[in-house]
Amino acid sequence: MERPGKDELVYDHNHDGVDRRGFLKCMAWAGTGALCLMKAGVLHSASLSGITESAASAKGELSFVQISDSHMGFNKPANQDVVGTLKAAIEKINALPNPPEFLLHTGDISHLSKPEEFDAVEQILRSCVAKDVFYVPGEHDVINDDNAANYLQRFGKGATGMGWRTFEKKGVRFFGLVNVMNLKAGGLGSLGSEQLEWFEKELKPVFASTPIVVFAHIPLWNVYPEWGWGTEDSAQALGYLKRFGSVTVLNGHIHQTMQKVEGQVTFHTAASTAFPQPQPGQAEGPGPMKVPAEQLKQLLGITDVNFVRGQQALAIVDSKLG
Amino acid sequence: MKLSWKCVCAVSLLSIFIAALGIAVKAAGREEGTLAAPTVQVKIDNFAFTPAQLTVAPGTTVEWMNRDDIPHTVVSDDKSTFKSKALDTDDKFSFTFTKPGTYSYFCSVHPKMTGKIIVQ
Repeated sequence: MERPGKDELVYDHNHDGVDRRGFLKCMAWAGTGALCLMKAGVLHSASLSGITESAASAKGELSFVQISDSHMGFNKPANQDVVGTLKAAIEKINALPNPPEFLLHTGDISHLSKPEEFDAVEQILRSCVAKDVFYVPGEHDVINDDNAANYLQRFGKGATGMGWRTFEKKGVRFFGLVNVMNLKAGGLGSLGSEQLEWFEKELKPVFASTPIVVFAHIPLWNVYPEWGWGTEDSAQALGYLKRFGSVTVLNGHIHQTMQKVEGQVTFHTAASTAFPQPQPGQAEGPGPMKVPAEQLKQLLGITDVNFVRGQQALAIVDSKLG
Repeated sequence: MKLSWKCVCAVSLLSIFIAALGIAVKAAGREEGTLAAPTVQVKIDNFAFTPAQLTVAPGTTVEWMNRDDIPHTVVSDDKSTFKSKALDTDDKFSFTFTKPGTYSYFCSVHPKMTGKIIVQ
């Protein structure tokens, strides 16, 4: 799917500058570890084996990795060694050609919100080349923690409210949102009015040309509401992001990689480092999916993200653990 | 003393009647989920409460048992009437319903999971 030397839109049906069909074709490769780079709306891809050359040319000004759903403490048949698979993920990160500056953990750090579970994850992450880790909680991190008090005690530094935060890295503005608090019966993920007001206020002075990265646990688009895979009030948040030229939304929760592009917004969910879950509707419920031992690592993974100045979208690469 | 056939007949009829009544009550109970027993179980499995709706008499204790391979909680919609801690696989939570009424509840970790206890 190479288009060497040509930066030309082939399928621009939506007239938004995005070669959508080419993108979808590329995303089919992404699961096997392809590098997809968007340059002026056109996709260029290379397999991971050729990544050293692409990485050199695509060497971004900013490189970070997203990991998710480590579920420390989980010990059922789907994976009885979540410590081992998390360590394998860190080894994978440490071996990347472009060492990441920091990590984003999109939640479900622990399995039962237990202190020893959080301790174990922080301990394992200390062996990562990236020393800074920015966390957002998953619903497993705030069980019986009504105001996220316990979570905040550990991960609240620099955060506001119930753990939302914003920071800047090399001209890219990051927003860590929390959509797992005060969930209502029968509902989906929820951002809440306090956080939405804060988000709107923080975005106001930001230039539309500043690339934005939003990370939160539960997907900010309706992947599969029947299984709770969506956020009730995300439309409001996405409304505030409409004027920006480049928005990347990174989520977890569903334990599988999924991607969607809507105009200037790229939505992406990461694989878990603990256990896979079934595809929407492919099982009775969204619980841990048991697979043959030799296949487990192929369904777990990390996400490497690179930002190259001058390019519209961030380059997102999913890598399997095995 | 020899029992008169009238007596035997009456006793037999009465026994049959009581047995029939017992079966009828049990059948009715099975259909509506109404049970006379003091403790009733709700199973949690595959991200669902089973039975999703349960009718019990005042004074009944409902016991939720988590058979799923993921933790769940049992929390009343108002988040105060009853609220379990995190229930891992094989953990249980009980609550005794004394006041008549309808008690809707959900799993606070997976809010799409909902259930209802009707006390009457």
